Amino acid sequence: MQKQKLVMIGNGMAGVRTLEELLKLDPERYDITVFGAEPHGNYNRILLSPVLSGEMRLPEIMLNDLDWYRDNGITLHAGRKVVAVDRRRRVVRADDGTEATYDRLLLATGSNPFILPVPGKDLPGVLAYRDIADTESMIEAARVHRHAVVIGAGLLGLEAANGLALRGMDVTVVHVGEWIMERQLDRVAGGMLQLALEAKGMKFLLQHHTSELVQGESGRVAAVRFKDGISIPADLVVMAAGIRPNTDLARQIGLQCNRGVLVSDTLQTFDPAIYAVGECAEHRGVAYGLVAPLFEQAKVCANHLAHFGIGRYTGSVTSTKLKVTGIDVFSAGNFEGGDDTEDIVLHDPGLGVYKRVVVRDNRVVGAVMIGDTADGSWYFKLLKDQQDIHPIRDHLLFGQNGLGDVGHKGETLAANLPDEAEVCGCNGVCKGAIVKAIKGNGLFTLDDVRKHTKASSSCGSCTGLVEQILASTLGGAYQTAQSKDKPVCGCTDHSHGDVRAAIKAQHLLSALQAMKALQWKTPSGCATCRPALNYYCLSTWPHEATDDPQSRFINERAHANIQKDGTYSVVPRMWGGLTTPGELRAIADAAEKYAVPTIKVTGGQRIDLLGIRKDDLPKIWADLNAAGMVSGHAYGKSIRTVKTCVGAEHCRFGTQRSMDLGVKLEKMLFDMYSPHKVKLAVSGCPRNCAEAGIKDVGVIGVDSGYEIYVAGNGGIKTEVAQFLVKVKSDEEVMEYSGAFLQLYREEGWYLERTCHYVERVGLDHVKAEILEHAERRRELFERLLASLRGAKDPWAERVEAERATALAREFETLEVSA
Amino acid sequence: MSAHDLIDTTGWHPICALDAIPVLGARVVRTPDGDVAIFRNEADQIFALRDACPHKQGPLSQGIVHGQTVTCPLHAWKIDLACGEAIAPDQGCTPTYPVRVQDGHVHLHLVSLSPVAGS
Ligand SMILES: Cc1cc2nc3c(=O)[nH]c(=O)nc-3n(C[C@H](O)[C@H](O)[C@H](O)COP(=O)(O)OP(=O)(O)OC[C@H]3O[C@@H](n4cnc5c(N)ncnc54)[C@H](O)[C@@H]3O)c2cc1C
Ligand code: HEM
Ligand code: SF4
Ligand code: SF4
Ligand code: FES
Repeated sequence: MQKQKLVMIGNGMAGVRTLEELLKLDPERYDITVFGAEPHGNYNRILLSPVLSGEMRLPEIMLNDLDWYRDNGITLHAGRKVVAVDRRRRVVRADDGTEATYDRLLLATGSNPFILPVPGKDLPGVLAYRDIADTESMIEAARVHRHAVVIGAGLLGLEAANGLALRGMDVTVVHVGEWIMERQLDRVAGGMLQLALEAKGMKFLLQHHTSELVQGESGRVAAVRFKDGISIPADLVVMAAGIRPNTDLARQIGLQCNRGVLVSDTLQTFDPAIYAVGECAEHRGVAYGLVAPLFEQAKVCANHLAHFGIGRYTGSVTSTKLKVTGIDVFSAGNFEGGDDTEDIVLHDPGLGVYKRVVVRDNRVVGAVMIGDTADGSWYFKLLKDQQDIHPIRDHLLFGQNGLGDVGHKGETLAANLPDEAEVCGCNGVCKGAIVKAIKGNGLFTLDDVRKHTKASSSCGSCTGLVEQILASTLGGAYQTAQSKDKPVCGCTDHSHGDVRAAIKAQHLLSALQAMKALQWKTPSGCATCRPALNYYCLSTWPHEATDDPQSRFINERAHANIQKDGTYSVVPRMWGGLTTPGELRAIADAAEKYAVPTIKVTGGQRIDLLGIRKDDLPKIWADLNAAGMVSGHAYGKSIRTVKTCVGAEHCRFGTQRSMDLGVKLEKMLFDMYSPHKVKLAVSGCPRNCAEAGIKDVGVIGVDSGYEIYVAGNGGIKTEVAQFLVKVKSDEEVMEYSGAFLQLYREEGWYLERTCHYVERVGLDHVKAEILEHAERRRELFERLLASLRGAKDPWAERVEAERATALAREFETLEVSA
Repeated sequence: MSAHDLIDTTGWHPICALDAIPVLGARVVRTPDGDVAIFRNEADQIFALRDACPHKQGPLSQGIVHGQTVTCPLHAWKIDLACGEAIAPDQGCTPTYPVRVQDGHVHLHLVSLSPVAGS
């Protein structure tokens, strides 16, 4: 088949991203030709600001250099502006006469700066701020001139002003509005930002209308005059009063335009052979001016160009960040509010912190923050997902991590962090390394940063901080981490929710079957999706689905925890933390027999034998089994422990028999697998010696019964468990907590702890299922018991299997028979 | 004729039946060279690598196998089974060994063992 011809006009960020997405989907379909008016490859326009301020150099901001075009077989005409398109013959012509024919045409001509129509606008020394040439002229002007005036106090104007000030110029920002950045900030935040920028040496002239740019003796601009008659000196004037979609060519060739070129949800213009993406396009009445939505457009457009024909672009919600080093500003959505909205505000002028979240019907519709913006991406996610915030409203303003975040407590001011500050405690990544990777490798998403630096790729507690660094480096051009419809992994476009629903609806019984049915893009998935699919099948179809050991993480395959040197640790179960002399003796004997180097009491009231060779595992299990002990599941995404205090059995304060109940609960839940690990605790009185307040299910005995708390977490991020219900009897505790855990098992996403699950679905949902509908609670509880019926000790099974040889190979090393 | 036939047969060692390696799994072979991991994927391709991740020597044999890749159990680096190289952006390389299946049996080629094999 002869290749079709694709011609792209405009060699900028949106267009080239579309080509990249297209090449990923179908590299062979088109012969691609690109015309770009600028004499460069594709560079990261966003980073012109750090170039202007002297923090970066031009070569560092190239995204696609000339080699990239050559390697992908793309013909690039750099420095050639397209001046005509013959839509009938399907030919484009550039200013130097170069022609190219097309089957599909992609318009990505970006925007033009808006130049105020005032006398003197064409004088030497009057510039816009859009491309490399403008930036170079500004740098040159700063070298020889003194007075700069920036017209317009939006994002672009302030970044220009900051850069020029850092280059030693005396800068005045002129603005018609009552406060700066009025399209992104409210009056309070605008005022605070102005103070912060004034402290950096910039001057502001608000509510002033420019009437004329005055020519000096040299022929260059010398002053700016205003409608009220005053004038100020200026050797350099930067027009940053807004941008207009660049529709010159589109209008000339008769394509329907409004503000921008009109496009459909598939990014097609009125001529079906012509597509448009980026700032030049107008979609459902909006022409965007930030990179994040343009990248979303690029993805959809590429999908249609590749004839995949799925995916629609339905518009974007945007958020903005100002990229001025040392100042944190964030805004998203509708921050102005209206009659039907409420404001939740935290304002501490002394600290320079202001946060305002705008809420309608318990959903976040907008947010403005200055000073402390670490939770900007969280609010943005709540906004995009339209999540019900009623249950978290009382601590919404303290942020996602407001309740005790370990590792980098207090360091919430991303932009103020010094370069050497450690951001990711797990992988020892400092801020400087992250910023360098973002700039140097042209990264745009959290996933990119994770891949390149490992920051936030382990425990994830620094995710918010990394997102803020990303945002303050790229100015809002980032995509948030865990949005609800984020795909499970790169092997599929389906989200966890979709996959769970499909496994249920289509009765899918194994990970491999699910991958086939859901058209996985890879032949056998990856280490992220396979364990998730395996769990979803098993939890949806207990006793029916086939467990695939190869889709389980090694710990669950070997029923022991892998350690850094490749040895394993063994933790026998001690129901409720109780043990006997016989068990202790058996543990001691086993430890000696297998020369266990380390024995440790765990945080969950168990004994851990560390440093055991894999070949020895079945042998030590057999010994422990013989003494009546079973697997402690200390390795699994499963029930771990039920921690108990000594309770009314012994304690002088005890009101309830906590050890008894703990043992009963643990026996009930034995061998329960779940999206992530599950820990319980039972305390005999409110002194709560078993620390039930930070457990997935915490039970606290009181005189008249028990209080049940759920969704606590003592791990990476300490979460205090939330009160669910008070009940009278042991049986009720078992039914309510069992029902809660079954709900989590059925609805939770893989690797989501109960606290994340409840945060996502809301405690109200949990209460509705478990408290309001007694019959649903009972059904849940019965489903839990049914799926656990016949649970066997995995150690005993493995030991038997070892004897029966079928599964022996997991634990047996081969030798070379020489 | 496959590329392996070009290698001197003296270095080849029978290891185990193909079916002794689980699909999408691995087995460890203890050799005088150190542990070697033999992988089998869903297409029944067989690969042999030193059982040590280029990152911090994690036992790759214990990882999850997918396509031509294994994900290390310790810190989830992904290693290309065919060439032993870490998948970008991670950097590092694990030595590979020639391996082949004949009559349902897996054979591993170990040069340093040749004298033993010949004796
Ligand atoms: C200084 C600065 C800072 C910014 N900071 C941020 C930020 O922090 N965060 C953020 O999200 N966004 C930021 N932006 C906006 C962001 O850069 C743009 O949204 C994005 O680059 C638009 O991409 P595009 O492909 O639509 O247009 P462009 O990247 O502008 O590309 C259009 C290209 O088409 C060329 N062209 C036009 N007409 C023709 C023709 N007839 N023939 C050939 N070529 C033609 C132009 O020369 C241009 O190179 C910033 C912009 C600037 C200028
Ligand atoms: C009298 C009616 C119509 C005429 C004369 C017409 C004509 C055309 C032409 C000339 C093309 C370009 C073919 C090409 O690029 O190779 C086209 C493409 C297309 N048309 Fe129509 N069309 C008509 C009705 C419609 C309707 C009703 C729809 C949808 C509801 C539609 C959807 C499309 C789409 C999606 C494409 C693009 C296909 C692609 O890009 O691969 N058309 N049409
Ligand atoms: S045991 Fe837990 S807290 Fe300790 S080093 Fe390992 S992961 Fe970190
Ligand atoms: S929680 Fe109460 S009952 Fe339990 S040990 Fe502490 S004081 Fe005693
Ligand atoms: S040792 Fe393999 S990823 Fe760290």
